[in-house]
Amino acid sequence: MTQIITKTGFVEETYQGQHFPFSALWDGQDLPESPFAIVLSPDSDPFDLVPWFERVDLVIIPFATSADGRGFSLARRLRHLGYRGCIRAHGHILVDQFRAALAVGIDEVEISADQARRMPQAQWQAVALDAPRYQSRLRAA
Amino acid sequence: MYSYDQFDEAFVRARVTEFRGQVARRLDGSLTEDEFKPLRLMNGLYLQLHAYMLRVAIPYGTLNSAQMRQLAFIAERWDKGYGHFTTRQNIQFNWPKLRDVPDILDALADVSMHAIQTSGNCIRNVTADHFAGAAWDEVEDPRPTAELIRQWSTDHPEFAYLPRKFKVAVTGSEADRAVIFAHDIGLRLVRDGQGAPGYRVIVGGGLGRTPMVGKVLRTFLPKADLLDYLEAVLQVYNLSGRRDNKYKARIKILVHETGIDALRAQVEAAFARNIRVLPAMDRAHIKRIEAAFAPPRWADKPLGAAPQDAGYRSWCDTNLAMHKRPDHSIVTVSTKAIGQTPGDVSAAQMRVLADVAETYGYDELRISHEQNVILPHVHNADLPTLYHALKAAGLATANIGLVSDIIACPGLDYCALATARSIPVAQQISTAFADLDAQHDIGPLKIKISGCINACGHHHVGHIGILGLDKAGVESYQLTLGGDGTETMVIGDRTGPGFAYDEIVPAVERLIAAYLDLREEASESFLDTYRRLGLEPFKTALYGKADRKAA
Repeated sequence: MTQIITKTGFVEETYQGQHFPFSALWDGQDLPESPFAIVLSPDSDPFDLVPWFERVDLVIIPFATSADGRGFSLARRLRHLGYRGCIRAHGHILVDQFRAALAVGIDEVEISADQARRMPQAQWQAVALDAPRYQSRLRAA
Repeated sequence: MYSYDQFDEAFVRARVTEFRGQVARRLDGSLTEDEFKPLRLMNGLYLQLHAYMLRVAIPYGTLNSAQMRQLAFIAERWDKGYGHFTTRQNIQFNWPKLRDVPDILDALADVSMHAIQTSGNCIRNVTADHFAGAAWDEVEDPRPTAELIRQWSTDHPEFAYLPRKFKVAVTGSEADRAVIFAHDIGLRLVRDGQGAPGYRVIVGGGLGRTPMVGKVLRTFLPKADLLDYLEAVLQVYNLSGRRDNKYKARIKILVHETGIDALRAQVEAAFARNIRVLPAMDRAHIKRIEAAFAPPRWADKPLGAAPQDAGYRSWCDTNLAMHKRPDHSIVTVSTKAIGQTPGDVSAAQMRVLADVAETYGYDELRISHEQNVILPHVHNADLPTLYHALKAAGLATANIGLVSDIIACPGLDYCALATARSIPVAQQISTAFADLDAQHDIGPLKIKISGCINACGHHHVGHIGILGLDKAGVESYQLTLGGDGTETMVIGDRTGPGFAYDEIVPAVERLIAAYLDLREEASESFLDTYRRLGLEPFKTALYGKADRKAA
């Protein structure tokens, strides 16, 4: 079991589409006409996903451990490349990383039930998501 | 200098509150030790050999008298009455208790200071030329750039969990006092053919167990593009840097394995995209940062007669550097009194430094990567009084750039990583050459000592480098010669087998005796003599002719 967390707190899984690994885009697999989800691997290049942006409505980025920050760059690069669908970080992400995750363009986080017990909803809701950031202050609006 | 506005103030306070919460969540079990560790490191808190160590950021080594006095207060209130200035222009407190740390962070915030990103696998506290804004040879003051990078890198959402730590240094002069070729990114302010301001960008330098001289990533980067370009370098590194082996995780290894040209192509592609999608830098904000570093209102007063006191004159010879204004000088205060621990400064001495900075130094102090304290602007008329005030506090040692101006890491006396002592070796070398006249005769000589392969003491770039290792439970000291940390950076050459703890100081004495013997004239420095003659005669001095084959 896992727990999905958005800005509003703990939520149920509502995604209906099918999941495919990143490699499915290249190995001739039949892909559905309706939108689907792609599960990246940490070394995927988001640039290769650009031709599929219209058909993918969920990108899942794995976080093997909270110390591996590649997912933050993958998400931000996806946004810079123009991806507008949902981005979900899946794996080991701490409450302390939630603000950064949303800042780089991640919409939701999926953690293990065990981790969700240690880090209950109240801790996630206590994160000050609107706290000002240096990075936005340095750039013209 | 830069002073916090409401934003900075609120930000730092929020971080203190956040850290209090993290400590509480660690204690109630919400966070495991593994989860807590990167959070504590990002707030400057290390677990050392005997206790926690708190590393406080002194961004680009710049502080004012109120901040120095607060460091003195912290040293007395929560530590053992002293602090240790490091080769990263920081200060470390070696004995704080975990429960006191949030209070210490609050005390720092009271004077616009913090310990954020002084540790951990993130973009570290940015360093700069300690003569910034005062140096005669400066194209442009590097501090506004350093402050801009401080703000940009602080709590950057994308780059807080990098493969490894990431250090940026900035200089505005060709003469490199910021060691930019030994940083993950080194920036030098330059002008292009049309006189437009920009940066030369160096990447992938570093010391540690795999020392590498940085390479030129871009010969000219327009000033306005700095953040877009840094974002590109960091993004490429974050995605591609190795995470399978922490000893191969720095960007220097990525540069080495990818090749500088291939890496440059990746960076340029990300940079081109950043320019398209990222909003431009806020010019008004940049202007505010630049305005904070406007020069002080220079004093104009008559010079008195120069004192004939020999101590004063020898201090002037070594501890003063040329200021951009002829009626001012840059004063370096040595923290390396004979036989003392390099970089250690007592609370009482910190207060003296604060007082003299306030009275004679336009309220400005710098910490150098050579672990000394700089008064960047002193009117020449004030030099004699300043000298006597410093002398009374044991802070007038006239040894800058000489054999006893040693860089040493904390070593086995404090550090959990160390494999050998470094402070006592520095103290013994300093004592062996206690006579300042003899030191002046030996001339410019940089001795740098590291107590382990991680090279915090910069031994690779010492004219004489000393690396303390552990050989089957016994300390063994390896020597390197001819290293250079400036714009002509060179990694020193290893001489041969190591020396035991009680042999290393005599070995250094033999090297120096050999140099005095070999130099063509008194003005030929140790490094010049080494460059002219190479390793051989020094090897003979160290190991003798007969042992050469065995060596």
